[in-house]
Parts: sequence; C-alpha cells; structure tokens
Amino acid sequence: MADVSLAALAAQVFTGLVLGGIFVLLAIGLSLIFGLMTVVNFSHGALYMLGAYFGYVLLTRTGSFTVALIAAPLLVGVLGLAMERVLIRPLYGRSPDDPLLLTFGFSLVVVELARVIWGKIGLTLDPPPALAGAVNLGFTYFPTYRLFVIAVTAVVLAALWLFLEKTNVGLLIRAASRDPLMVRALGFDVGRVWFIVFGIGTGLAGLAGILAGPMRGAYAEMGVTIIIESFVVVVVGGMGSLVGAVISGLLIGQVVSLTTFFAPKLAEIIVFIFMAVVLLLRPSGLFGEAGLAE
Amino acid sequence: MSGAVAWIRRHPVVCFFVFFAIFPWLVPYRSLATQVLIYGLFALGFNLLYGYTGLLSFGAAAYWGLGAYGTGIALAKLKVTSLWLALGAGLGLALIGGALFGFFCLRRRGIYFAMLTLAFAQLLYFIGFHLADWTGGDDGLRGITVPPVVLGGWRISLDRSVVFYYFALVLVGLAVLVLKRILDSPFGAVLQAIRENTDRATACGYDIARIKHLSFVFYALFCGLAGALDALRLTVVPIESLHWSTSGQVVIMTLLGGAGTFFGPFVGAATYLVLEDAISVWTESWPLAIGGIFMVFVLFLPKGIWGTLTGGFHGR
Repeated sequence: MADVSLAALAAQVFTGLVLGGIFVLLAIGLSLIFGLMTVVNFSHGALYMLGAYFGYVLLTRTGSFTVALIAAPLLVGVLGLAMERVLIRPLYGRSPDDPLLLTFGFSLVVVELARVIWGKIGLTLDPPPALAGAVNLGFTYFPTYRLFVIAVTAVVLAALWLFLEKTNVGLLIRAASRDPLMVRALGFDVGRVWFIVFGIGTGLAGLAGILAGPMRGAYAEMGVTIIIESFVVVVVGGMGSLVGAVISGLLIGQVVSLTTFFAPKLAEIIVFIFMAVVLLLRPSGLFGEAGLAE
Repeated sequence: MSGAVAWIRRHPVVCFFVFFAIFPWLVPYRSLATQVLIYGLFALGFNLLYGYTGLLSFGAAAYWGLGAYGTGIALAKLKVTSLWLALGAGLGLALIGGALFGFFCLRRRGIYFAMLTLAFAQLLYFIGFHLADWTGGDDGLRGITVPPVVLGGWRISLDRSVVFYYFALVLVGLAVLVLKRILDSPFGAVLQAIRENTDRATACGYDIARIKHLSFVFYALFCGLAGALDALRLTVVPIESLHWSTSGQVVIMTLLGGAGTFFGPFVGAATYLVLEDAISVWTESWPLAIGGIFMVFVLFLPKGIWGTLTGGFHGR
C-alpha cells in the first residue's frame, strides 16, 4: 500500500514538473519583457491561448505536429512584434500602468475573437502517434507526451540561457535591462532590443500554448486562469529575475501538483496562499531586487 | 460653458443629487438608471484608489463581492430582518477584506500592486466557488428577500423599482458626500500628493504606508456598498461578482469616464452600460467592442470623457 502511494506521489511530482514547465515558459516571457521595458503584458494569457489554437489549425492543415510545434510559437511571436510596434511603442514614457491597461483591453479583444473564429466549445489536439501512450519510468507509467513537454521546456530554457549569456545580441539585451540610457548613449538602438525581446517573450507564450494544447485542449478562456497564476510565479520569483522565474515556476508547479494529490479542494487557492507567505517573509520575491520599476 | 463647469466644480454633491433625481426619466428604462447609480458608486471607489491615490487595482471584484455576499448571506442564510444590519454585514466583510488584503498588496508598489490585487481577488473567487453551502457556489446565492427600510417610525417597502432607485440614490449620494469630504480634507490632499510623487510625500514626513492603507480601506468600503446594493437590486449574488472580469469592468468604466475626476466614474458607468445595452442588440461579441473602445481610450483619450471635457488628471 505504502509502495503504491509512493509511486503515485512520484507520478504527481512529474505532473508538477510539467505544470511547472508551462509556468516557467510563461513567467520567463513576462519577466523578460518586464525586466527590459517595465511593461506588464496582460495579454500574455491570450497569446498562450492563440499558441494552442494556431497549433490546432497547423496540425489539422499539415498533419505534422513538428510543423505546428515550430510554426505556432513563431506566428505568435510575429503577432507580438506587431503588437509592440502598433500598441506598446506609443506608450513608452507614459506611466507603466498604461501598457498594462492597454494589453488588458487587447486580451478582451483577442479572447472574444477566438470565440468568434473557433467557437465557444473547446477543441482537442492529439499528440503525435510517436508521443502517445505511456513510458515505464520503473516506479510508474507516465504519459510520453508529458515527458516530451519537460524535455522541450528544458531545451528551450538552455537555448535561451545560451542566447542571453553567449551571443552579442544577448549581451545587448542584458545591458539594456540594466541601464537602457547607457546602452543608448553607446550608440545602440534600444528600441530594437525591446522589439526583439517582446517578440521572444510572446513567442514563448505561444510555445507554452501549443505544448499545453494536447494536454488541456484549446479553448478561448484557457489563458485567463494561467495568466493570473503566472503573475504569481513572477511576483514570487522576483520580477525581472529570470532565475527567479524558473525556480519559482518549478516550485509552484510542485506546490499545486502535490496539493492536488493531498487536498484537491485547496489546489486552486494554494498558489495564492503560497504567494501571501512569500510576500510576508520576502516582500521583493525570492530573487527580486527591491525597487525595480516600483 | 466654463462658468457652468466652475459652478459644478464648487457644488458637485448638489449637482449629483439634482441630476440623479431626474435621471430615471432620461434613460430608456428605470433599471438602467439604478444600475448606473450602483456601478457609478463601484467606479467611484476604484477611482479613489486609482484616480486620486495613483494605485491601480485589478481586484475591485473582491470587495464588490464581499459586500454582495455579506449582505446576501445575512438575508438569505442568516434570515436577518433588518436591512441596515444586512448592509452592515456586507460593509463589515468588505472592511475586513480591504484591511487584510490591503496590508498584503501594499507591501509592493506599482505594477506589482496591480498583480497582487488581481491574485487576491482570484483567491476569493475560488473560495466563494468552493464554499457552496454559504455562497451557492456556481449557481449563485439565491433566496434573498429584501426587507423594508425602517427609519424611526417610517417603514418603506423597496419592492417598487422607483422606490428602490431613490433608496439607492440616498445611499450613493451619502457616499459621494463622504468622498467629497475625504478629498477636501488634508488626508485627501496627501492622497493626491502620493499620486503625484510618492517619494516627495514620504520626505514631507507623512506616514505613507498608513495613508495608502486607509485609502485602500475606503476603496473597499465604497466597492462593498456598491456590491451590497447590487445584491438587493438583483436579489441574487452570482459567482461572477468575485470574478476578475468584474474588476476589469470597473477599470474600464472609470477610464472611460475619466480617472481622477469627480464625476468621471458615473459618466463612465453610464457610458459603459448604455453601450452594452445598445451593442448587445447587434452582436453577442460585446467584449470585442468594449475591448476595442477601451484600447482607443487608453491610447488616445487617457483622460476619459469627463476628464477631456473638463481637463482632469491622468497617470503619473
């Protein structure tokens, strides 16, 4: 008996890892955009939803999950680039509340458009045949697709880290997040850095969406709850801190998953209780620096 | 025109009562007038925090919902027979919620504050959802019977919609009067100082943390009274009262009307509700329309309707 529940517990830890991976992808996008531009993208959840729907369309048109997995985030990223140009750029220099308000309006529009285009009933995405079924992990069987999500998240995070730490563009991004004025004085176009980062951040939301699609399906409201939870992840991790976003995302994934196991009724509220505790003990988040864009 | 505006500025509360006394005869049907009053009060509370103190909250639904459920539960579950006691229960819950959540949310400033208010409101939404014995859960709280108003020897039934309108007008009018007193007091001046420059206000020696917290509690009380009145109006409390979209609604209303202006919240609530009424006849994609309109306002008309007409404040 103890053996069985231990195996179930281990499976739950893996489930938490999957959930955490989705949180991390969303939170890193939010945090990256915020760290650089002090813009909070309220429509991040709507873009996550679009990632799943774009994935559905690509999957049904081309029949290839690989195409969908690569093209859906790119399409969302391109939409993000357009958003930055048209919507966010006019608000630079205004109160940081304004982009938050504007992207809130944008998310209302996008979610309603999705309802009009794809209907009010959710759609299901099938994982590719190679990833269907389950793998024997020794102690329990675990869905192959979920392991794949963990792997993709890890690869993308590693790539992002290499990009930020080892390339010239990455160097520029890090410099611009620390001191945009100095970067501008050195003759770089900070506006273009912001543009690129907005595209990357929104693209990551799209990736999270297409990855979540085969697990949760695609529906218009799918981004609403998760964006609020991602905000919590970012606040707990410390806004603008990428390491914080990763650790806090994985941590909250575990907290939610294990609470679902032990006390399912508390699963939805545990995130917020956790946040309240962290705020009491460390107001600036686990890895946050106090005073960043406050 | 400018003379009239100046007179309105000097006597806003008088103007409020005169205008809303005849308002039910200016709108297509009376229930819309009552809604404008109640949502106007909701937006007024939000405006105290955002427009005057400079704190953007995305969690107003929490206090609206606490007010509504407090009053609703008192009437439907605890069978309270005094209207004042039921309203007091709603206000009491909103007060406790505001004091508690305000304490947590105000540990961070700016953008973080907005996200925290949203998160705590979402927490209450889930609690309301799961405490179905008390709140009715997904089905909403039903079975609210509105007791008559008892005041001295008077006993007035609120069953007729026109009577309920004027009852709401008296309470909302009192709230408007309280807001006017707050804004005219030194406390109100400090609120606006915090909005303009928090660091300088701190340097002037004001206890910023306490003043912000007090502002937050007033905001919760105004929102709670609005929610309580809405529970009486509908005789039902839907779970959506606590939903984040309710918080979004009040943000939109206030910005449409003009944040930081005295009448902006009522202008915004009226605009929102009339538009919703008109557009819903054409299409069920109302969020698409209001989302688009809201974006246009943020981009091009940040002072809102009333603010643009009278030259009010926006942003920091």
